Amino acid sequence: MTTPGDSAAEIWPLWEVFVRSNRGLSHVHVGSLHAPDETLAVRNARDLYTRRSEGVSVWVVPAAAITTSDPDAKGAFFESPAGKNYRHASYYSKSEGVKHL
Amino acid sequence: MTSTITPDMSVPAAISVEEQQFNDLLEADSRIEPRDWMPEGYRKSLVRQISQHAHSEIIGMQPESNWITRAPSLKRKAILMAKVQDEAGHGLYLYSAAQTLGATRDDMTDALIAGKARYSSIFNYPTPSWADMGSIGWLVDGAAICNQVPLCRASYGPYGRAMVRICKEESFHQRQGFEILLELMQGTDEQRQMAQDSVNRWYWPALMMFGPPDDDSPNSAQSMVWKIKRHSNDELRQRFVNMLVPQAAVLGVTLPDPDLHFNEETQQWDLGVIDWTEFHEVLAGRGPNNAQRLQRRRDAHDEGQWVREAAAAYARKQSARTEEMAAS
Amino acid sequence: MNDDTANNDSAEADVHGHVAVEVTTLDAELIEGPSVATADIAEYAVWLGDDSLVLAQQLGAWISRAPELEEDVALGNVALDLIGHARSLLHYAGTATDRSEDDLAYWRTEPDFRSLHIVEQPNGDFAHTIARQFVVSHYLFELYSRLRASADPTLAAIAAKAVKEVDYHRDHSTQWVLRLAEGTDESRRRMITAMSDLWPYVEEIFRDDPLIDRLEGIAVRPSSLRPAFDSAIAPVLAEAELDIPVGFVASGGGRTGKHSEHLAFLLAEMQVLTRAHPGASW
Repeated sequence: MTTPGDSAAEIWPLWEVFVRSNRGLSHVHVGSLHAPDETLAVRNARDLYTRRSEGVSVWVVPAAAITTSDPDAKGAFFESPAGKNYRHASYYSKSEGVKHL
Repeated sequence: MTSTITPDMSVPAAISVEEQQFNDLLEADSRIEPRDWMPEGYRKSLVRQISQHAHSEIIGMQPESNWITRAPSLKRKAILMAKVQDEAGHGLYLYSAAQTLGATRDDMTDALIAGKARYSSIFNYPTPSWADMGSIGWLVDGAAICNQVPLCRASYGPYGRAMVRICKEESFHQRQGFEILLELMQGTDEQRQMAQDSVNRWYWPALMMFGPPDDDSPNSAQSMVWKIKRHSNDELRQRFVNMLVPQAAVLGVTLPDPDLHFNEETQQWDLGVIDWTEFHEVLAGRGPNNAQRLQRRRDAHDEGQWVREAAAAYARKQSARTEEMAAS
Repeated sequence: MNDDTANNDSAEADVHGHVAVEVTTLDAELIEGPSVATADIAEYAVWLGDDSLVLAQQLGAWISRAPELEEDVALGNVALDLIGHARSLLHYAGTATDRSEDDLAYWRTEPDFRSLHIVEQPNGDFAHTIARQFVVSHYLFELYSRLRASADPTLAAIAAKAVKEVDYHRDHSTQWVLRLAEGTDESRRRMITAMSDLWPYVEEIFRDDPLIDRLEGIAVRPSSLRPAFDSAIAPVLAEAELDIPVGFVASGGGRTGKHSEHLAFLLAEMQVLTRAHPGASW
């Protein structure tokens, strides 16, 4: 499943933009833009999404290249973690009050 | 005709699991995301609203870019350029949000330049004086912010996120407009006259930006149910006027409404009667600048066609070349 | 597709029209030095300042007319950088005669301007604008690279900021030269026309006027930039399969106040409002 909004009919394809706002942080999706190719896409992203020093690094990805989980199977796809509380530290209450745990 | 399989119309049709999920998300004040199931009406309504909003940003560049080359100081020139550029940016954020609903930029642009899409009527008014840069910032952007801040919580995720970004950037727009007017009001007689004249021209159209009165606003009710819109037109308009009155006093400008008065009972400013005939005239395409605005957008698009094609052709050639090299 | 971090901070309060203004540390708007410019240094700063001002004025006219919205934003960024350079340079020039950047921009007439003819050439179509950007930003990059070492600290500081910005302008125009030259037949034809229309004004850029002799170690000798300029543009032109146009060489004269016919119109538009209100502040 590709990203919604991508259309082969458009003269310039759609690119999704991810910006790292500071060192030590992940790239975060900020939006999309149009560009004829990756060289101009990354420049357009710099011009559009970092006008106010919002970023130290930019990623662009062709919208058509993104695969997403199928939302119609949403229930089934994300059901498994529910109930597996032992994956969370807060599950282990007996150690409460013990330091450095 | 009788049939045993005719459904019993007295029982409401059972809604689908998807629709129930959609309703539950709205109920929980959560967000709808691009690939979620959504009612067709919700999708259409959003595409209409977001693309109109985007078009407004793009057409809205024109009345101000009109003054970039004539800005009276280099600082003002830089500020104005940055502001008009922001509007292009806001248009892009919004087109990007609409695109997640399956609308393409090319289609939206075509609808705009063919005169089939709406945009905010306010941009069909001319900007004959520099003070209009002040009034647009203070009144038009002020009204827009009033409208937009609640949209940051719109139920559709990408729209809300675009609005958060836009609202953060808009605060500079309103402030710079206020400062332009303040500077003029503290200047020469001619400058004060320029500012007052401009406020006189923009005040009523700015109030009309909130849309028709609540009892005459066909799309509002459904939008509120869907949590795209969160406050009524009249409610937002009233809040805006309440904010404007003290700001006008700081500026020293008069708001051109002789009936404007403070209502002790409601603690609000009651305004005079809005001339909605003018609003409907401009909306119907008979405003001062409708034709000019569309023509300019169409010209830019048409004159840019060869450039967009060139870049697309170059990209095709480059990727063909890359593939060739990989194959050899 | 998530951006949860941005979702709720400014939306939470939901006070209409009251947008929380972020507290940010603002950089200096103008690069200012401790020194007052001498008459010669001021003249040199006016040279460079006028080039940036005239070019920014022209690029500003593109905003809302660019071939695609993304390019409106890109050209806007270039214009804003150039306005910044012009303001710092004219501000510094003004320290010699106690005039402001605006006194210099708005209250000088054409013979007192010092811009090069190439920046005065009209926007034309997108290919003409790109050709002009390509030449000028490659020149400015070489210029500011050297000017960083100027014995004048203010000029050096202005150059240190400007060089990074024009480096990006150089890249922006290069990308477009390649795409227009190698895109479609029409774009190639337009790019070739634009280059040959622009080339007569290239030589003036690298001419040494007498002022330069008096500013040894402070100013950059224009003729000394030519080899670096030529070798920087050569690979781009080769990749784009463009020949260096041969033909007219314009006589120029911008540095002594002899301008192209275009400048008067540009100044008339730029200065019209300010001059209608002498003494007013904006």
